[in-house]
Amino acid sequence: MKLRIKRRRFGQLMIASTLVTAIANFPQRTFAQKKLLSPTPPSSMEASSVPVKLRVNGAEHALEIDPRVTLLDALRERIGLTGTKKGCDHGQCGACTVLVDGRRINSCLTLAVMQEGAAITTIEGLAQGDKLHPMQAAFIKHDGFQCGYCTPGQICSAVGLLNEGHAKTDDEVRELMSGNICRCGAYPNIVNAIQEARSQQT
Amino acid sequence: MNDPTNKAIGKPLDRVDGRLKVTGAARYAAEFPLKNMAHAVLVQSAIAKGRITNIDTSAAQKSPGVLAVITHLNAPKLASPQSGGGDSSGGDAQVTAANAQSGESGSAGGENPFEKPVPVLQSDQINFYGQHIGVVVAETLEQARHAATLLRVTYREERPATVMAANLANAYKPQSLLIPLKPDTQRGDIQGGLKAADVQVDHTYTTPNEHHQPMEAHATTAVWDGGQLTLYDSSQNVNGVQKTVANTLRIPPENIRVIASFVGGGFGSKYPVRGHTILAAIAAQQVKRPVKLVVTREQMFTSVGFRSHSSQRIRLGAKKDGKLTAISHEIHTQTSVFEEFIEHVGVATPMLYDTQNLLVTHRGVRLNLPTPTIMRAPGESPGMFAFESAMDELAYALKLDPIELRLRNEPERDLEKGLPWSSRSLVESFRQGAKSFGWERRNPEPRSMRDGRYLIGMGTATATYPTNRMPSSAKVRLLADGSAQVYLAATDIGTGTYTMLTQIAADALGIPTERVRVEIGDTKMPRTPGSGGSWGAASYGSAVQSACVAVRAKILGMARLDPRSPLKGLSNVGMDIREGRIFSKRDSSRGETYQEILARNNLKVTEAEVESTPDEAAKKYSMHAFGAQFAQVRVDPDLGMVRVTRFLGTYGAGRILNPKTARSQMIGGIIMGIGMALHEETVVDDRYGHFVNHNLGEYHVPVHADIPAIEAFFVKENDPHVNPLGIKGVGEIGIVGVAAAVANAVYHATGKRIRDLPITPDKLL
Repeated sequence: MKLRIKRRRFGQLMIASTLVTAIANFPQRTFAQKKLLSPTPPSSMEASSVPVKLRVNGAEHALEIDPRVTLLDALRERIGLTGTKKGCDHGQCGACTVLVDGRRINSCLTLAVMQEGAAITTIEGLAQGDKLHPMQAAFIKHDGFQCGYCTPGQICSAVGLLNEGHAKTDDEVRELMSGNICRCGAYPNIVNAIQEARSQQT
Repeated sequence: MNDPTNKAIGKPLDRVDGRLKVTGAARYAAEFPLKNMAHAVLVQSAIAKGRITNIDTSAAQKSPGVLAVITHLNAPKLASPQSGGGDSSGGDAQVTAANAQSGESGSAGGENPFEKPVPVLQSDQINFYGQHIGVVVAETLEQARHAATLLRVTYREERPATVMAANLANAYKPQSLLIPLKPDTQRGDIQGGLKAADVQVDHTYTTPNEHHQPMEAHATTAVWDGGQLTLYDSSQNVNGVQKTVANTLRIPPENIRVIASFVGGGFGSKYPVRGHTILAAIAAQQVKRPVKLVVTREQMFTSVGFRSHSSQRIRLGAKKDGKLTAISHEIHTQTSVFEEFIEHVGVATPMLYDTQNLLVTHRGVRLNLPTPTIMRAPGESPGMFAFESAMDELAYALKLDPIELRLRNEPERDLEKGLPWSSRSLVESFRQGAKSFGWERRNPEPRSMRDGRYLIGMGTATATYPTNRMPSSAKVRLLADGSAQVYLAATDIGTGTYTMLTQIAADALGIPTERVRVEIGDTKMPRTPGSGGSWGAASYGSAVQSACVAVRAKILGMARLDPRSPLKGLSNVGMDIREGRIFSKRDSSRGETYQEILARNNLKVTEAEVESTPDEAAKKYSMHAFGAQFAQVRVDPDLGMVRVTRFLGTYGAGRILNPKTARSQMIGGIIMGIGMALHEETVVDDRYGHFVNHNLGEYHVPVHADIPAIEAFFVKENDPHVNPLGIKGVGEIGIVGVAAAVANAVYHATGKRIRDLPITPDKLL
């Protein structure tokens, strides 16, 4: 907290000094590299880690982690499930989509410690042994990807979409899949894959 | 021996790496599990021009978990483009001096610009907002990310120049472009041609700064083992990374191994080596541990290149019957203050249509922004937006159907090179495309077609992209069990490299595709060019084909000379191969399998490595793919909202190895083109020189809801001249002309000609 006040006062001083010297076209300026959006955690907390149990694809993982660790980073960097992708880390691209208690969420926008007790399903948990999930098989058949990086998120999102049960037409699928960006541009093929998997469901 | 039966080539084989990708098992650069990994986070400048007067790293150093803070004050001395690896011929003295201090790569003239040293953290000089000024390494990502915010940087700031339009007075003529096209191209008499015209159009078109933004962020995992460096790098060009890092760190290339098994898209941004790859290597050396460095999405807007803004004045002259008398295309784009990349925007203009009088010029403006780079169909993408919009304007001025205008200007040969076409299917693409799209239903009158309250428009444009091929090598091993392994350094950035090479090898060896395993993305394997220029299939494919032919010849040679073989004495032409069994064409019962031959000779493996280089004969032709793009749009007359409701692309692109993956490439190009037409623009704040909308929430790439059903098909084209496999390449032509087709459709719908991309609602109201 002390640091925060200092920083703020420092910022105010800088604004004042900038105004004073504004005549000198672009003066010397000092600033911290990035404004912190959240208060700086006290140093005692920074070093500490907390225990958390995550249930991923049916398996329990007991972790000791920094409370700042997102679910996405816990999956990728701690548990080693790198199938879930980091595309933007801001909830803007959907590459990190996983299923939490059957619902699709952006795993970059939730902290791992918030998901204790939840049933987390990642792309690695969709197939039954060697048998692909119908959505996975449909993505291959319809060439619903190129580079493959958005694919785990697209597939988890599509499985979540079918769970929700309200997408019927192609346009509804498009609208409700719009949180998952594919820069290679596989969208028409993804829609075809989802519609095939949906038709097999009923 | 005759070519083996072409069973796999031409079939819509599912991607062989599909299963790995849909199960999350495909490993990208930041996903290799290594013991004792440390995490690095980049620190970037918060001014666009000036000098760093101080960096206080004390708080960061003390932050928990921090292992190293590297800035220009303690970074190792690196080679610059002038001091090692590169040549120093290009650029003027000022550029050369700035270059040495810049912290970014050089590309001015001379040697391969993609192998020159990439100096980074070499001085206090800031040339653009978001330039790397430090890297923080810590035990965990969270610790590194936090510590990176604790650096306190003091700058002496100068006024940056960041907007091209405000700095056109400083435009200069570059010495050279990336490709062998002169900055100025002239033929005939442009003034005379314009005077002789019955109808002229003269307009200026602009395209904005655009960013590649592949879904996988650029990333490098660096591991040192003594003097040996391994880089898991998100790269389109592993051999290029190996060479560039060697040149920069001044170590032998053979001490560096670069691995890129899977690459999450690139579109050009992952072709050149970037500063973060060098920093990952330096950081790993310093902390003596493996280091993972992932560029953040925000940082990707300033760290890995972009497509330059362009301003293009086009003047066309034509006789009443539509015959072109003059084409003039005068282009301005930007480059950075410390190195040169002038996009070859006018590349397609000299060869596209039949005209005797032509002028194409390229001028550059130096700005305090990162250096632009190649992005999907560099040159053609922005150039053909302007040129093909102007052609549409000319068609309206002549009251001529836009397709008919193009057909009337179909050249018999490439007038610029003076060479015949190896093949050219532009007319056929328009013919088949127009029929399939229902072009005859189009009432040419603007604002004449409606769907309820919506205005409907149809537009078309030409697509073209050159056929390239680079020297490439490959190794093929045929194993005792009759299966084959194919090795080459090549990458698959989503283009389908794994799959199409599997098909080529299967056919060349006469075995099923399931018996072929392709391994790529590793400098331990035979050298290849990177994935770019739409040359992957032609270059890699030709090398794999040749290596397979060599292996086959070795094995057949053994059999022919072996008294124990039923094939003894048969000539090459007298034999055929199917399903791994070699037999006499006259008597198919007379034959044996690869396994039998290898077993009898006590061989576990037979292998061949070849280097395949482009055929000299190919220089006798002008080689390009051509196509026709058709867009239908629906415009809300009250809100100015444009939606593409239908799109069809028709292309003649030589032999199509895999219609499924090739079609996906075309659709992907079209979608990126729709993004270019309607959404994509990176906005610069001229006060501070930073890209304001540096995230995927505000830099709008197309999402599912923006994209309708899209059709793409290939017209049959048999081109015996381009390369032995008849491949033209399909990675880039899909995007070319798409923005023009959409803009032309918007004009047809609304009567408003939008000459400045993207076509956002404000421009239509």
